[in-house]
Amino acid sequence: MTAPSSQPGAEAVRVQTGGARRRRPARSEGAAAERRLGWLLCAPAAVVMVAVTGYPILYSVWLSLQRYDLRFPDDREFVGLANYGTVLSNEFWWNAFFVTMLITVVSVAIEFVLGFGLALVMHRTLVGRGLVRTSALIPYGIVTVVAAFSWRYAWTPGTGYLANLFTPEQAPLTDRASALAIIILAEVWKTTPFMALLLMAGLALVPEDLLKAAAVDGAGAWQRFVSVMLPVMKPAILVALLFRTLDAFRIFDNIFILTGGANDTSSVSMLTYTNLIQGLNLGIGSTLSVLIFITVAIIAFLFVKLFGAAAPGSTQEGAR
Amino acid sequence: MPTSPGPHRRAWARATAVLTALGVAMPLAACATDAGGPPVINLYYAPEQNLPEVVATCNEAAQGRYRINYQVLPRDADEQRVQMVRRLAAEDNDMDVLGLDVTWTQEFASAEWVREWTGEYQTAAEQDTLPAAVESARYEDRLYAAPKNTNVQLLWYRTDLVDEPPATWDELIEAAQELRDQGQPYEIITMGAQYEGLVVLFNTLTASAGGEIVDEEGTEAVVDEGAVQALELLQRFATAGVTSPAFSNAMEDEARLAFQTGDAAFQLNWPFVYPALQEDAPELAADVGWAPYPAVDPDQPARVTAGGYNLAVSAYSRYPAEAFEAALCLRNPENQLFSAVNDGVPPTIESVYDEPELAEAYPMRDVILDELLDASNRPLTPAYQNVSTVIATTLSPPSEIEPAATAQRLREQIQDALDSRGVLP
Repeated sequence: MTAPSSQPGAEAVRVQTGGARRRRPARSEGAAAERRLGWLLCAPAAVVMVAVTGYPILYSVWLSLQRYDLRFPDDREFVGLANYGTVLSNEFWWNAFFVTMLITVVSVAIEFVLGFGLALVMHRTLVGRGLVRTSALIPYGIVTVVAAFSWRYAWTPGTGYLANLFTPEQAPLTDRASALAIIILAEVWKTTPFMALLLMAGLALVPEDLLKAAAVDGAGAWQRFVSVMLPVMKPAILVALLFRTLDAFRIFDNIFILTGGANDTSSVSMLTYTNLIQGLNLGIGSTLSVLIFITVAIIAFLFVKLFGAAAPGSTQEGAR
Repeated sequence: MPTSPGPHRRAWARATAVLTALGVAMPLAACATDAGGPPVINLYYAPEQNLPEVVATCNEAAQGRYRINYQVLPRDADEQRVQMVRRLAAEDNDMDVLGLDVTWTQEFASAEWVREWTGEYQTAAEQDTLPAAVESARYEDRLYAAPKNTNVQLLWYRTDLVDEPPATWDELIEAAQELRDQGQPYEIITMGAQYEGLVVLFNTLTASAGGEIVDEEGTEAVVDEGAVQALELLQRFATAGVTSPAFSNAMEDEARLAFQTGDAAFQLNWPFVYPALQEDAPELAADVGWAPYPAVDPDQPARVTAGGYNLAVSAYSRYPAEAFEAALCLRNPENQLFSAVNDGVPPTIESVYDEPELAEAYPMRDVILDELLDASNRPLTPAYQNVSTVIATTLSPPSEIEPAATAQRLREQIQDALDSRGVLP
């Protein structure tokens, strides 16, 4: 990415001198100096980042190639890719993977639709705008674990108002299907405001003039939405969906509190926690976290491919 | 990663940096406390309301040779274990005496995190101590901890609804069904959530049926006929229409609360429910009696799973001799009696059961001692945590157990867990 500040300067030089010949050296001189300064300024941050994120990632890759169980210190050995074989042929892993994917896809889809609706409402509200926006954000402001506890009690028979109201004879958190539905509900409830907030920022990008011009040209409300608003909002939509998808894929706290992973409701993060922290199996646990890392990278990559040029900061052709 | 979680990453990096800084600063702060004076013996133990008094008694008895400092661990057993393990894996020498749940001793011993008890320390720790409790503190025929307190579950029942407490599971289920048909409170409350409580239930049923889950060396999965019988019983119990709707999600305290609502006729739970009942529901408490845990086989009394805590000395302790002494003081007969009366944790030293003071606080002490003398232990293996997770997952929900198939699954998965192969659910 070129530092944006160098552009106007180069532009000015070109206008002043007029010739394409003299533009090149002038630009590289100024730009090179700024570029150097830029590198110097961000070097400390880059070094810290590599140290605190790069090292653990590499270390977990290294651990994932070993049989290493803290309880059997004498049996530690290098096993190559054996741990990956064990995990990828294990039903618990695939079950957790399926659960995580299901939660991710369903909750992000619902959040997107609800969030868009909420964003439109918040964008258009004329009366009590501040109040509407503030109250919409409340769920996002509540700590997930606290909210998860209130969901758990609400769905526990006897003490819970929701359980008493909808399922008086059952304990919905002990049944896989209903437990997953409740987990998704809790996720949607909590993060729809976040989605709405990002989408509202996108809505602010849509110029009123453009919409008016489209209306004059005879475009209906739906057409204006699809052909004018959505394309302009594409970067905001990408950011909102990507952030939420990656967040949802790492889901941990809601499941931890609501079911503790019981009845096949573990997510991949829960599974990693169980193996690494409780099971003390550093080899398998690290393998799991490396696999999560790879999946997250693939998701991010697909998103950028899918949305192409819309990625923020990219050029027209989609290059970065 | 090719794209935009930039801000996320940066926030992460910052948070990690702060955490690292704290991590560096905190041990330094901890060291500052033991400058000068007698050695400080850090006791890491679960929250126990009156333990500070026991600690004070021992500090006085030490006459300045050491000073015990009670560091309170989290309430949740898993979190207690995780916290100690994390510090021991880092060879933290600020931990001296560790409060271990009875199922952790083998694991900590195998990982070489705790010291063996030998010589006079061993003699003192084993003397007059209940056999199941001593067994829980052993690994490969060596002693690695001193049992501090033990525990067993009893059958609590409503004397206003039931004349004679049922002696076997069959009678228990039948009695509940009869009460239900009469329109009376009938539920049998116990812990069936996917966690340790369910494993305890399964272990008790298996041992009572004369079965075995893991062999004596703790290396081979067995899951024999007795275990299959236990699975059948568990499935029948869960589907007989006598449990509460929350059975497959209930842990200890939820079970206690459910019983206190008055909808239940029976409860299988630890002795802590007795004082809780006196306090929270005194009217109901007057009608609640206790009986031995129901048997599986009518000719064979139940072999109830023992709970409780052991005291071990950290391998990284700087003052091992003082730590052994401190641990022995904390669990000596006088202090066990004090803890039993004030904190509701049954003693591991048999003679303490004869003390008149105990009789007052524990009207049910005879039943407890009877059960303890023939109590069973959960599989004694370093990989117990994994075995437990696997059992809890496979048996949950209990209503969907298919005895033969479930037993086969258990055998395979327990074996994987014992070999630290495979993925934990």
